[in-house]
Amino acid sequence: MNNFLSPPSFSWRAIAVWRRNFLVWRKLAIPSVLGNLADPMIYLFGLGYGLGGLLPQVGGVSYIVFLASGTVCASTMNAASFEALYSGFSRMHVQKTWEAILNAPVALDDVLAGEWLWAASKATLSGLAIMLVITALGFISSPLALWAIPVVFLTGLCFGALGLIVTALAPSYDFFMYYFTLFLTPMVLLCGVFFPVEQLPALLQGVAGQLPLAHAVRLVRPLLLGEWPSQAGMHLAALLVTALAAYWLALLLTRRRLLK
Amino acid sequence: MASLAILPEALEPAAATAAVLSVAGLRKSYGGREVVGGVSFTLAPGECYGLLGPNGAGKTTTLRCCLGLTAPDAGVIRLLGEPVPARAREARTKVGVVPQFDNLDPDFSVAENLRVFGRYFGIGDAETRRRIPDLLDFAGLAGKEDARLATLSGGMKRRLTLARALVNDPDLLLLDEPTTGLDPQARHLIWERLKRLLQQGKTILLTTHFMDEAERLCHRLAILDAGRIVAEGAPRELIAAHIEPQVVEVYGEDAANWARGAGQSLARRIEVSGETAFCYVDVEEVAPLLKQLAQLPALRTLHRPANLEDVFLKLTGRELRD
Repeated sequence: MNNFLSPPSFSWRAIAVWRRNFLVWRKLAIPSVLGNLADPMIYLFGLGYGLGGLLPQVGGVSYIVFLASGTVCASTMNAASFEALYSGFSRMHVQKTWEAILNAPVALDDVLAGEWLWAASKATLSGLAIMLVITALGFISSPLALWAIPVVFLTGLCFGALGLIVTALAPSYDFFMYYFTLFLTPMVLLCGVFFPVEQLPALLQGVAGQLPLAHAVRLVRPLLLGEWPSQAGMHLAALLVTALAAYWLALLLTRRRLLK
Repeated sequence: MASLAILPEALEPAAATAAVLSVAGLRKSYGGREVVGGVSFTLAPGECYGLLGPNGAGKTTTLRCCLGLTAPDAGVIRLLGEPVPARAREARTKVGVVPQFDNLDPDFSVAENLRVFGRYFGIGDAETRRRIPDLLDFAGLAGKEDARLATLSGGMKRRLTLARALVNDPDLLLLDEPTTGLDPQARHLIWERLKRLLQQGKTILLTTHFMDEAERLCHRLAILDAGRIVAEGAPRELIAAHIEPQVVEVYGEDAANWARGAGQSLARRIEVSGETAFCYVDVEEVAPLLKQLAQLPALRTLHRPANLEDVFLKLTGRELRD
């Protein structure tokens, strides 16, 4: 067994945990995908056409095209967060699914790695679904957009890990409201989903630049528009470091909670 | 790997090497409160061993330590030849667990629960599919493959949990209060199945606070109180060693008064609980006691041989443990 502080261990056994969650998802795949699409699509069309009609070009393109790439990132963030928070907490605390798995030859590190990869996978499906819709609508035409898929997965890893930290600390579902109102909602508003970060006062721009969603938007938006992102290495590294550091912290907190 | 494992084992006493599970000097404290305070016991192959104790006695913590899910503060544990917690994961490959609280997967059918659980042991879907009919047959759930979890009764869920614990064909089963919350029919069915598993040569470690369950199933048992083993042995040995062989229970409003007065000279030991006096006596003392009681029509009596519950209450006391 792991010492509380030992680094995360990864093994193929995490795949069995991932497959468990995938099997549950598959049973409800169509309502799940449609549910994940409905909310961002309403924002996209409502704001994109309603507000977009009042605006000149934003960031060099029509507002709805600008908003579409932001929506892909925000939706990925939301899907990963919901999975790691509500669904993860349900499996850890309410249904005791993790407890059952831990009685088999699967370590807690494997369970958490499986959950993490699953949250990122589900988030990728969510981001992909929106990309398909906006491609069908003609907003995406460059093959460079394919490079957005791994970035979306990395964004899912990042917010999946951050969500698992909150889950490890949560006494109940109500706790997640703080995370949404204090962290995720401000991030959506500050990180260039709805308007360019440059519209913000300099101080807020500085803060926003450090947030993980901003890095995701800075990568995904140009790729969907058919351009290579500037400073791609820095943005990728920021997402990767956040994802790994957050996962490690989530693992330490989960070990402390469950292996006592 | 195998040749390396032989070396340290050769240095241990034969009993510990042959044991399916051996626990020595196990200690665990939470926030300064000692929950397990030096527990030692050994399970021989094919044996059913019971851990009995009131709520909070340390039963579940002991089981968690045996599975490597809780790191002990002190003590040495070997599970199926592997040191725990160092190689607990490897040891769990041949262990089946029935937990205290239902943790079946509510999103899955009966068969999916087994198939998904088999994957955690690295068992392929085809192999589990092949085993499922036998497992469900054993659990009295034949034909329920596609049933949704919500449609199962409490007893059926418990049996499915038992079937799930057998998916890896384990050598050792750990059962944490396997029949708590079940009706008598469901309990008897579980007991019958556990006996069948013992006949197949499996070893069982069981925690319970049902004395009839322990008396029926366990070859040996330990009574645990406040984190310590206060008695250990075969059920009959414990009854013989710790308590008078016969019990006369006296019920009635006056039972307590009678126990403090006239009863004192008639029984070697009397315990009073509410309106019942439990008189613990030797065989030859029964007749005179019953004769005296017959003259007191306000008091009702029940004469029975002493049982494990009497031993348990004597050793752990009658106060509530919450």
